[in-house]
Amino acid sequence: MSRTPRVILSLSVVAVALALISIAVGAYTLSLPDLMATLFGGGTPSDRFIVLKLRLPRVLLAVLVSIGFGLAGALFQSLLRNALASPDIIGISGGASVAAVLSLLVFGATGLVVPLSALLGALVVAFTIYLLSWRSGMNGMRFVLIGVGIAFMAQAVLGYLITRGDVRDAQQALVWMVGGLGGSSWGDILIMAVSLAVLLPAVVVLAAKLRMLQLGDDLAAGLGVSVQRSRLALIVVAVALVAIATALVGPLAFVAFVSAPIARRLVGGGGLALVPSALVAIVLVLGSDFVAQHLIATGAQVPTGIVTGIVGAPYLLWLISTTNREGRAS
Amino acid sequence: MTRTALTPRATLSLRTRRWLSFTASLVLLAVVLVLSLALGARGIEFSQVWPALFSPEVGNNDQLVIRDLRLPRTIVGLLAGLALGVAGAVMQGVTRNPLADPGLLGVNAGASLAVVFAISVLSITNPTGYIWFAFAGAAAAASIVYAIGSLGREGATPVKLVLAGTAVTAGITSVISLVLISDTDTLNIFRFWSVGSLASRDLEAVRLVVGFVVAGLTFAAISGRMLNLVALGDDLARGLGQRVYVARAVAAGAVVLLCGSATALAGPIVFVGLVVPHIVRPFTGPDYRWIIAVSAIVGPSLLLIADIVGRLIVSPSELEAGLVVAVIGAPVMIALVRRVKLAGL
Repeated sequence: MSRTPRVILSLSVVAVALALISIAVGAYTLSLPDLMATLFGGGTPSDRFIVLKLRLPRVLLAVLVSIGFGLAGALFQSLLRNALASPDIIGISGGASVAAVLSLLVFGATGLVVPLSALLGALVVAFTIYLLSWRSGMNGMRFVLIGVGIAFMAQAVLGYLITRGDVRDAQQALVWMVGGLGGSSWGDILIMAVSLAVLLPAVVVLAAKLRMLQLGDDLAAGLGVSVQRSRLALIVVAVALVAIATALVGPLAFVAFVSAPIARRLVGGGGLALVPSALVAIVLVLGSDFVAQHLIATGAQVPTGIVTGIVGAPYLLWLISTTNREGRAS
Repeated sequence: MTRTALTPRATLSLRTRRWLSFTASLVLLAVVLVLSLALGARGIEFSQVWPALFSPEVGNNDQLVIRDLRLPRTIVGLLAGLALGVAGAVMQGVTRNPLADPGLLGVNAGASLAVVFAISVLSITNPTGYIWFAFAGAAAAASIVYAIGSLGREGATPVKLVLAGTAVTAGITSVISLVLISDTDTLNIFRFWSVGSLASRDLEAVRLVVGFVVAGLTFAAISGRMLNLVALGDDLARGLGQRVYVARAVAAGAVVLLCGSATALAGPIVFVGLVVPHIVRPFTGPDYRWIIAVSAIVGPSLLLIADIVGRLIVSPSELEAGLVVAVIGAPVMIALVRRVKLAGL
């Protein structure tokens, strides 16, 4: 008996509750009836301003990018059969960071140029890894190892940029590199929503193939899956998910890496756990954003990406120490 | 799952190849050591190296530079590279994951947090002053990772170690970022330590950690045969009489001692531990005793080459070895990964 439906239901309830709390609570806190009225078209003008202009966009963007990060992590880890093979570790977030920090520090870019550079950086890195790992077919292990090599090169470039510039610029770059939901706008939401509308159906179609690929290349080919083409399609979809999300909010540290392992431990069994992974990501990001905004008392705005590690790590550690089943590391 | 052997298409027998690679890497290291003493921003003739070390002339500035500046950083590079190369090989063996890096046990993150503490709370600014903080932080983080990874009925399985290590690293990194984003002065000092460098270390630092490196190497040497058995899988290893948890504990001890020393000496240098075993494996085959032995020679060679390149490339200024090492190491790794046939083991 799978625990999947129960896990999905509980995670959804937690996600909705966190979303409502995030919208309602703040310097000015709305009561639940007021919140509901405002969300469904009523409410006072000031309530409408606070909810629709300030808080709702942040929560919606958090939910949408989390789906991107959670799914991308789960897809990469399953496809490459390695628990470490999340986009942050195989260089894709690194490519986005290098391009964004380069545009910030060297070219003094602002506004749309930064996310566009990040998107470009992620895509260029992913394409480079794919090309370099192609040798009469793509081998998952080769892809991962080359990705890790590129990730370390990206880290070296970031280290160079951070140590050479003025310390205040370095700090600004650091803020981008941990990622945050500070500047969420309806425009960002539209971009992410359209991207998901295109990519999610592709994920649904490809998930069936991924399940067979997990049986091993030969067996999958025997079952009629065109191994190379499916693998390329999966990589394209996963890269697109993480690249667009990263361009909008920065590489929210740890979300892509941790969501799938947590989801698999909750669900049990050896499935892909794609929906639970996305839900775990949503809960993690909403929870972290709430902590970042309200529970950490510093003068400056704390970027969400700082808290994802502090919130997610203890939970994963607790799961590791209490579950005997290994989940599937693949 | 993910253990991988890189099988070269060479026709030489494995035995010949091992001894050849062992000898060749020793020669390479000897050359690199001499170059590290002779090359730098200040042009010094090779003929000065020998007298500088063994019969110094009073008032000879070239010899002074060699003895007081280049000799310490060469020794620091030798020790740190050796420690990282060996620790990387052991780490990949114990986690059976070719992506495992010594940093994976949380070592670099723990050391970094302790150093951030030393800078921001205790206002220590001199690299030698960080040594014990870095060492203690590294050991504490690795112990936490290992302890959490060992909980549960089946003990410290590779997957649990890998996940626990990454989780602890992520949590600690968050705390560090939180401090750095709000504390500009600490960031200004920490950013230079955090890239990893062999410059401005003194022999006093070497004297403090050399004992730990020797102890770590001893553990690593003992773990070689055990890792060969563990590589077969836990069940088979047990069947052959290997107590798996003993193997993992010895290996973890080696990694903590070696990485703690390297990080204390040179800062959190990444990549050496990851890439060196991958460079070595095509030549030695999957026997961990050989992988560890040759990694111990290739590690310092790579780190010192990076340091020398960093001294020359933007002379008279310099690039930190920790930055250069990935830029020259990654292409080597990519070329190797592309050239050899990857076979699951």
